[in-house]
Amino acid sequence: MQFGLSESQQILKNNARKFFAAECPVSEVRRIMETESAHDEKLWGRMAEQGFLGVLIPEEAGGMGLGMVELAALAEEMGRALVPGPFLATLAGAAAIEAAGSQKHLAQIASGEIKTTLALLEASASWDPDAVAMQGLIGEKMFVPDAGVADVIVVAARDRGELALYLVYGDSLQKTAMPAIDLTRRLYKLQFDNARGELLARGETARKALDRAVDIATAALCAEMTGGMQRVMEMAVEYAKTRKQFGKPIGQYQAVQHQCADMLVWTESSRSAAYYAAWALDNHAPDARAAVSVAKVYSSDACREVGNRGVQVQGGMGFTWENDVHLYYRRAKSSEIAFGDATFHRERIARLVIDQMNARTAVGV
Amino acid sequence: MDLNLTPQELAFRDEVRAWFAANVPKDWVQRRNAEESMQARFEYLRAWQRKMFDAGWAGVSWPKEYGGRGATLMEQVIFIEEMARAEAPPMANVLGLGLIGPTIIAFGNDAQKKRYLPKILSAEEIWCQGFSEPNAGSDLAALSSEAKLDGDAFIVNGQKIWNSYGWAADWCELVVRTDPSVEKHKGLTVLLVDMKSAGVEVRPLKQMTGESEFCELFFRDVRVPTANVIGKINDGWRVAMGTLMHERGTFGAGLQVNYRRNFNRLVEIAHRMNRAGDPLVRQKLAQAYTEIEVMRFNQMRAFSRINETGVPGPEGSIQKIFWSELNQRFQQTAQEIMGAYGQLAHGAADAIDEGQWEYGYLRSRGNTIEAGTSEIQRNIVGHFVLGLPKSY
Repeated sequence: MQFGLSESQQILKNNARKFFAAECPVSEVRRIMETESAHDEKLWGRMAEQGFLGVLIPEEAGGMGLGMVELAALAEEMGRALVPGPFLATLAGAAAIEAAGSQKHLAQIASGEIKTTLALLEASASWDPDAVAMQGLIGEKMFVPDAGVADVIVVAARDRGELALYLVYGDSLQKTAMPAIDLTRRLYKLQFDNARGELLARGETARKALDRAVDIATAALCAEMTGGMQRVMEMAVEYAKTRKQFGKPIGQYQAVQHQCADMLVWTESSRSAAYYAAWALDNHAPDARAAVSVAKVYSSDACREVGNRGVQVQGGMGFTWENDVHLYYRRAKSSEIAFGDATFHRERIARLVIDQMNARTAVGV
Repeated sequence: MDLNLTPQELAFRDEVRAWFAANVPKDWVQRRNAEESMQARFEYLRAWQRKMFDAGWAGVSWPKEYGGRGATLMEQVIFIEEMARAEAPPMANVLGLGLIGPTIIAFGNDAQKKRYLPKILSAEEIWCQGFSEPNAGSDLAALSSEAKLDGDAFIVNGQKIWNSYGWAADWCELVVRTDPSVEKHKGLTVLLVDMKSAGVEVRPLKQMTGESEFCELFFRDVRVPTANVIGKINDGWRVAMGTLMHERGTFGAGLQVNYRRNFNRLVEIAHRMNRAGDPLVRQKLAQAYTEIEVMRFNQMRAFSRINETGVPGPEGSIQKIFWSELNQRFQQTAQEIMGAYGQLAHGAADAIDEGQWEYGYLRSRGNTIEAGTSEIQRNIVGHFVLGLPKSY
């Protein structure tokens, strides 16, 4: 048993860190987040050259043909660098296409020519696929990440009562931005009025593809959150070492030091959970779905809490616009919500684990 | 990253599993909750360790040359997990096997290894630790028990507290001050003390659960031969820290198995009490499941790292914080689910699981104190992992 990155996985992670440090420093993040779509085509192209857009896409379809652990390593570095834009959205869309047994658009996704997203939520704001109510391609989808730049949108809807996935072309529907807390990823409301699209999957196939795509994107998101937590912790620790009050670095006071220690416990634990979920998905482990929920429960709460401490430790400076911590703090909230928050995933664990365990023996009551 | 067991690890697991299946005493599960004297219980556990020793299962991680099995760390983890899974009794010489034996292997001389290690494995000699004192708990280096050189022996005077198994121990790993003139960390020495020496007195300490796991030890002019110094004179802090790293590193390996068993049991109880459909109960159970799983993943990661680097590091403090606080939240969740039944103690006819939940609730209170308080663990994380300035 080996719970750690292999040499090649570590190389990929190190290269990603160097790449984003050079290509997407926080000054670039701030520039890109001020643009209309929070997306930079040049950066996207450079990411495609690195193979980052096709980590999971099979080699024969132009991708890298790697697994979830490699994806998690990349996502962690992207979270650390707070890379703006449609990476996670495109990942979710591509995963749905592939999980539905199609190879359509995968090569163009890997090469960066087209971007995708996954339209799941509706006015009910429920992440449960059973709550999908839109009939065919007429109606409204909400909270769709980075749909503004998506060329192809994977849409969950109903086809004669059954769950269905459609591929819809981004130029055939109306997109309205929903300004929200995270400045580095945009949310959109989509209005469908007989949009141009085609059926990708229906019934059981659609459900399985959607579940798989959401699990993959959720595990990647958890790794990304871990990277963000790591960075916030580093900023807070650095500040605690240099900021002096009463003649001492504030990090010498246990009230501050222990908050930093908590940040480490949460960050490391999130990392363990995210990589376990990634590994379990790759290996189709029996507990893979529960492991994804475990990672999302843990990192949703931890990411928010690390953000809270990250601001608190930096005091007034942590509350300013110019300090980068709020960018991560904002991202933490949108990540907490995306693909279901801790409460949603705890209920999912209850269904996957607790409901499967029946009372076997009398307990004297 | 590969979380599957290797063929060698699988073979080892199967061998361990088969041995436990055939050898765990059938009466243990009933006996565990029964009333019996501590001494009678201890002799039972000593006999059990002897049985494991005879089959070659005591000290699996110890090198073969010292009577161990030379198992890899992963195999040791598998062993501990299988032992917990089989609900096997604990071995009598817990501290000797887990902490003091490894310390003697790391710091002892050949004569000491030859003298002490075999009898730790066979449970012929039981060990305790003499570290904390009434005025030196978290600030261990402030300890004041002193040892003065007198020819070929030290004369030891002082008091120790919180000594697990002190009442059963034949030997004690004792930290004493041998040079009061230097900085507090520099004047300490670790001695191996025969508990039958003249001047040693042991008094049990009754704890909030009603049990006496711990003792106080009193030393009055106790003669300890200089041959019993482990490591070098005045280098005791390094030796003691080596012991504590083991305490924080691998000691908790079986815990997640026990926690998972407790969780499964609590889910059964929730179903029996028709509470498993209550949305709040579901949230709390799922949170407990999450934390126990994350603890398992953290441990897998930590053990992988120890396997590569060879020694447990300060990351052990992260584990300690995690499992101790997790268990307190879990026990509270159990109490909430059981309602009025949760408080019923051993001996109450209607108690669930013979009162183990009342006991577990109280016992978990000690988790954030024993083996280094949560505050001390956070100091260690803050200073040694994050590089923040020491607060004291």
